[in-house]
Amino acid sequence: MEFLWEGIKEAVNLWIHGDAEIIEITLRTLAISAVATLVALVIGVPAGAFLALKRFRGRSLIVATVNTGMGMPPVVVGLIVAVMLWRSGPLGGLNLIFTPTAMVIAQFIIAVPLVIGFSLASIQSVNPRLLDQIVALGANRVQMLWLMIREARLGLLAALMAGFGAVISEVGASMMVGGNIAGETRVLTTATVLETSRGNVEVALALGFMLLIMAYVVNLVVTSVQQQRRPT
Amino acid sequence: MSNNSAARPDQEGAKLSVRRLAVSRGGTRVLSVDSLDVPARQVAVVIGPNGSGKSTLLGVLQLLIKPDMGELLIDGEPMRDDALATRRRMASVFQEALLLNTTVQKNVVTALGIHKVPKKERGPRAARWLERFGVGHLGSRHAHDLSGGEAQRVSLARAFALEPEVLLLDEPFSALDAPTRAALIDDFAATVSETQVTTVLVTHDRDEALRLANQVVVLIGGRVHQMGSPGDVFGAPADEEVASFVGIENVWPATLVNSESGVARYRLSACSSCELEVATGVAPQRALFAIRPEEITVSAGGAEAQTSARNRLQAVVRQVRPAGAVVRLILEMDGDPPIGVVAAVTRPSLDDLDIDVGSAVTIAFKATAAHVIPHD
Amino acid sequence: MRSRFLGIVGALAALGLLAACGGADDSELLLATTTSTDNSGLLDELVPIFEQRTGINVKVIAVGTGAALRMAEDGNADALLVHAPDAERALVENGDVFNRQLIAYNDFIVVGPAADPAGIAGERDVEAALSRIEATRSRFVSRGDDSGTHKKERALWQGAGLEPGGDWYEETGQGMGASLTIADQKNAYILSDRGTFLALSGSVDLVVISEGDPQMINLYSVMQVDPEKGRINDGAAAEWVAFLLEPETQDRIELFRREEFGRSLFIPTRGRHEAETIALFASGARLPAAGGG
Repeated sequence: MEFLWEGIKEAVNLWIHGDAEIIEITLRTLAISAVATLVALVIGVPAGAFLALKRFRGRSLIVATVNTGMGMPPVVVGLIVAVMLWRSGPLGGLNLIFTPTAMVIAQFIIAVPLVIGFSLASIQSVNPRLLDQIVALGANRVQMLWLMIREARLGLLAALMAGFGAVISEVGASMMVGGNIAGETRVLTTATVLETSRGNVEVALALGFMLLIMAYVVNLVVTSVQQQRRPT
Repeated sequence: MSNNSAARPDQEGAKLSVRRLAVSRGGTRVLSVDSLDVPARQVAVVIGPNGSGKSTLLGVLQLLIKPDMGELLIDGEPMRDDALATRRRMASVFQEALLLNTTVQKNVVTALGIHKVPKKERGPRAARWLERFGVGHLGSRHAHDLSGGEAQRVSLARAFALEPEVLLLDEPFSALDAPTRAALIDDFAATVSETQVTTVLVTHDRDEALRLANQVVVLIGGRVHQMGSPGDVFGAPADEEVASFVGIENVWPATLVNSESGVARYRLSACSSCELEVATGVAPQRALFAIRPEEITVSAGGAEAQTSARNRLQAVVRQVRPAGAVVRLILEMDGDPPIGVVAAVTRPSLDDLDIDVGSAVTIAFKATAAHVIPHD
Repeated sequence: MRSRFLGIVGALAALGLLAACGGADDSELLLATTTSTDNSGLLDELVPIFEQRTGINVKVIAVGTGAALRMAEDGNADALLVHAPDAERALVENGDVFNRQLIAYNDFIVVGPAADPAGIAGERDVEAALSRIEATRSRFVSRGDDSGTHKKERALWQGAGLEPGGDWYEETGQGMGASLTIADQKNAYILSDRGTFLALSGSVDLVVISEGDPQMINLYSVMQVDPEKGRINDGAAAEWVAFLLEPETQDRIELFRREEFGRSLFIPTRGRHEAETIALFASGARLPAAGGG
């Protein structure tokens, strides 16, 4: 219990003094996960909508792949991406290993099945007759897609939160493709592991609390937007 | 313009035309329409029992369902040439209100946006039409907070706000309770007649057809059995199925005895001594003799009824069934097999008659009230 | 957390965060090292100095010893800083690395509960100590992760003619810090490098049980990866090796955290070879503690 209390005190201490390194790590954590989630959203929502609305051969195969991807261990994703990006790997020439970009790529791969899966489910749950009505009104493909997405927006925001939550909290892939390099690819999760292994438990706790608070604030913002638009 | 050599003269003036339409589902033919024209500014009501293909027909007109074959024309031009543009000339209303997950106002405004109505016009137009249907005060209410009747009013307001050339409705009043339905049908009828929009309405409710239709199309088992004015369809059903659908319950097989001066005499197949007269121009040799329950007069057995009806028969009361303001009498005439008769009398009349199950009665009806349906 | 300087460098780096597409250029050095080396903080002090002087951006990748060696074999690093001499020698023979230079040493110690169930406190002969632990079946925690420390531990057991196993012998598969914490919780003996133990001594109740056996020397070497492997920045690697051997750097290594712990975490080898260094260590010679000049 004393550890926790020390951790909280240390955390407050660090925040008050605006420790530059913690701020830098926090900003980087947010930036990487936000970019990865947004890209996952841009690709995943239309993909989910497409799968929800269109029947085609091999559809169930793809949906099964998406569902499997939702449960894939992030550390496995990280390992595979790392092996690809190492100098000794097929994409070594891109020189992306141990960079924030590599982390964005790995986090994107982790988030996108979640976004697709949730989008697929929430668009499928929209009344199919409503689709008929929208088409009958003369909506073109783009308008139809846009209206369906608006109809399913509660579910889509859940997709966003699921994707973001998964990547902001993961450590294995970030460690493997990022390397936890000070000043370049160190994020809150990897820094927490590092500080723990160094025996700086109070600092590790401070970082952990920082992560919790950041995740909470993001979810708070998204949730209030989501709940605002609910029927009164 | 269509250069189809099979274009018929009466196609001109028709807003919508259907030719040689066929739709199958899962290997079964569910709809076959050889020819159907809806004149401009008219209301065509498609009626039929459930599963008759009415919704399929509407779905085809909405360009939501692709037929196996057939031509669809609007103002003489193929509808499918530019499906999107065609859809934007029409508006659809379904049985469920199918509103978007947003406010009432936004629902209408969004539809106007899809039809590319100028931005400035959208708000005022939406408000105007919502007001017209009595839901103007609900503009900022969320669509999911409305009652069934309110929601359907919004759906109708949305459709009319688009000021479409064609209005397509699929059982729009079926999900509403009786008083809501009655009020809404009145508003709807008034608006249709004011705007003169070409309308195709699908329903299984005969009263709606009677109330709203210029033209009635009877669709049974995927085929058009009869097309014509309400009077034609309800008064002179073309065949047994139409007859039974429109509510003629007394349909008896008969053979022609003779016919002259517009009156034909028929003998009932089940009762060789029963001969009835019907006022008709065409007298098929073998026919179904049809008479509505309301047209039958019932008097206590044996008594000479004070009526000019030329058709009189004897029957026995088997059941007395009150049905609202009217009482339905299930009677039976002697025959091989016995002939069932359904008559409808008012309560006061029933009281006067002083009859009960088992009583002998005389039934009578005018030759002009009956009609014959060809029957092989 | 430690220095404002690091923080400022870090903040500037954060600004250029995602603009940095990660294109490796001649000004980047990929240095593979072990977690325990990194955990000591030595590189946190030396790397910025090197970076500022040469303009080379050093990417320190701290992984397990096995992974670091593998990175060198695969050409996924430019330089290596580890403490597993036998494995390093194999890499040199294989031609995977070259320019291997000893830069510093410290030692391993056996730590354990103050209660000392095996009764070996003060025993200088580590093999004897381990034999007593095995004989008494006192709890012993091993890293079990093929790290330099683990390799050393296995060599010591082997030297004593023992093959440890049974419920008294637990392998954690984790780093030194985590393993020490586990040993502390279980009141077990454990072989640790002195540096990590010193850093953690505030948070664990374990005490030093056995030290000073010549075999317990822990040698740190730096080496370059063979450029034939492709995309190796051997120029930067050569500069790094040279930097570590400089007298100034060697001084820094000696002074690193000496105030804090009362002794050097790493003793610089100052150009001595392995044999000489081992002899020095075996003789028990120690450099003066802080304040002793």
